[in-house]
Amino acid sequence: MADKEKTPLFGPKEKRLLWDPINDNNPITVQVLGVCSALAVTSLVYKSVVMAIAVIFVLAFANLITSLIRNYIPSQVRMIAQLVIIATLVTIVELTLKATNYAIYKELSVFIGLIITNCIVMGRLEAYALANKPWQSFLDGIGNGLGYGVILIIVGVIREIFGKGTLFAGSPIQMNIIGKSNDLVQYWINTSGDSMMSWYSNNGLLALPVSSLFLIGILIWWQRGKNKKLIDIS
Amino acid sequence: MKFTVIMTIIAGLILAGMFYATEPIAKKNAAVFKKRAILSSISSMLDKPLKQMSDDEVIALFTEKMEQKVLNMKGEAVEGSAENLSMAAEAKLKEADRKLPIFIYNSKDGTVNIVGVYGNGLWDKIWGYVALKSDNKTIAGTSFDHRGETPGLGAEIKDDPTFAYRFIGKTILDDAGKYTSVSVMKKVTDGDHQVDGIGGATLTGDGVTEMMVRGIEYYLPYFQKNKN
Repeated sequence: MADKEKTPLFGPKEKRLLWDPINDNNPITVQVLGVCSALAVTSLVYKSVVMAIAVIFVLAFANLITSLIRNYIPSQVRMIAQLVIIATLVTIVELTLKATNYAIYKELSVFIGLIITNCIVMGRLEAYALANKPWQSFLDGIGNGLGYGVILIIVGVIREIFGKGTLFAGSPIQMNIIGKSNDLVQYWINTSGDSMMSWYSNNGLLALPVSSLFLIGILIWWQRGKNKKLIDIS
Repeated sequence: MKFTVIMTIIAGLILAGMFYATEPIAKKNAAVFKKRAILSSISSMLDKPLKQMSDDEVIALFTEKMEQKVLNMKGEAVEGSAENLSMAAEAKLKEADRKLPIFIYNSKDGTVNIVGVYGNGLWDKIWGYVALKSDNKTIAGTSFDHRGETPGLGAEIKDDPTFAYRFIGKTILDDAGKYTSVSVMKKVTDGDHQVDGIGGATLTGDGVTEMMVRGIEYYLPYFQKNKN
């Protein structure tokens, strides 16, 4: 007992677990994992946010559970045990979403199920949860989930504003930013007819999944240029 | 061995419990989702914007004001629930054996017939509901959905609310009473039977045209029998 009291619940090590994956060790821009779903679901910010929350939940609890039973998992069935945990959690997310927000469940469709194959989840279980204590593993899961979510939301905001002219479309707080106003939809910046912004139109490329590949590429470039730790010295 | 068995049992029990707890809610949500899609075709006639209606209001509106019928290809009403009829499953049958859903909405300005249409887009299936005014000729509204059209292009048939509104007021019969469905065109030359397409989505637009021509034609025998 005396041993435990010495380590603080939220010391510098724990803080690093949360912050490292958001910047210096981001799962998408540095490790380049989980890109598949980042390409697919970022067309709308609302979808990105729901996806991010789902991944944070799965990652945090998969890490926690794996870490709790890490000493009992026989090493031959390690991977299968991890998959069972992940699949169970993903199905829980899917069922919850179906019962609470059916429209967004329809929109995300297969991509919720595909969290099972998201390399970030399996990667964290293998690399961290199997060798660390539950609380740290839980934080590591949240941190990596946040790192994934931050990139998703950045890409989502850019794609939605310039690709569709809206923000949070599909959610109760939908904002219409830029576009041609008409009887049905009013935009903050009206580009119709004789207004000053009539030269503007939405960039159709940003509505397509390819554009997120470009955006993530630019983010990686920008981050490596700024962050000295990431400059390849080899 | 012991570990795997215990683990599988625990995971199985959790999921089974979860499934039984959420299934009724999920079923209700799916039904409301479909009801909203149908109501979306007459959204210009509703007292309250569809988005602001709660699930219970949607269900209430359906039970109070909506009459449902299942038709066969001869236009006769047969047994069944229009709402539970799967247009996807019917489309796989031979044309003569198919059943058609029809929803009759009793509005202040007479009855509105909402018919279901189903067809092929560019990549995958597309479907929708077309509301016809009591003259069985003038379109009162439409709503479309799709399975896999290109986001930003073909998917705009669902995402762009102005697209569905372009059909309002178009007619499916010409002056002589001959069937002439509404087409999605790049350039509109005939204001009664053509609507402006979506830029970059010509093939999805062609799919919508094809779906409307074929889909509404199936209902013509019924309209013949129920002339007002």
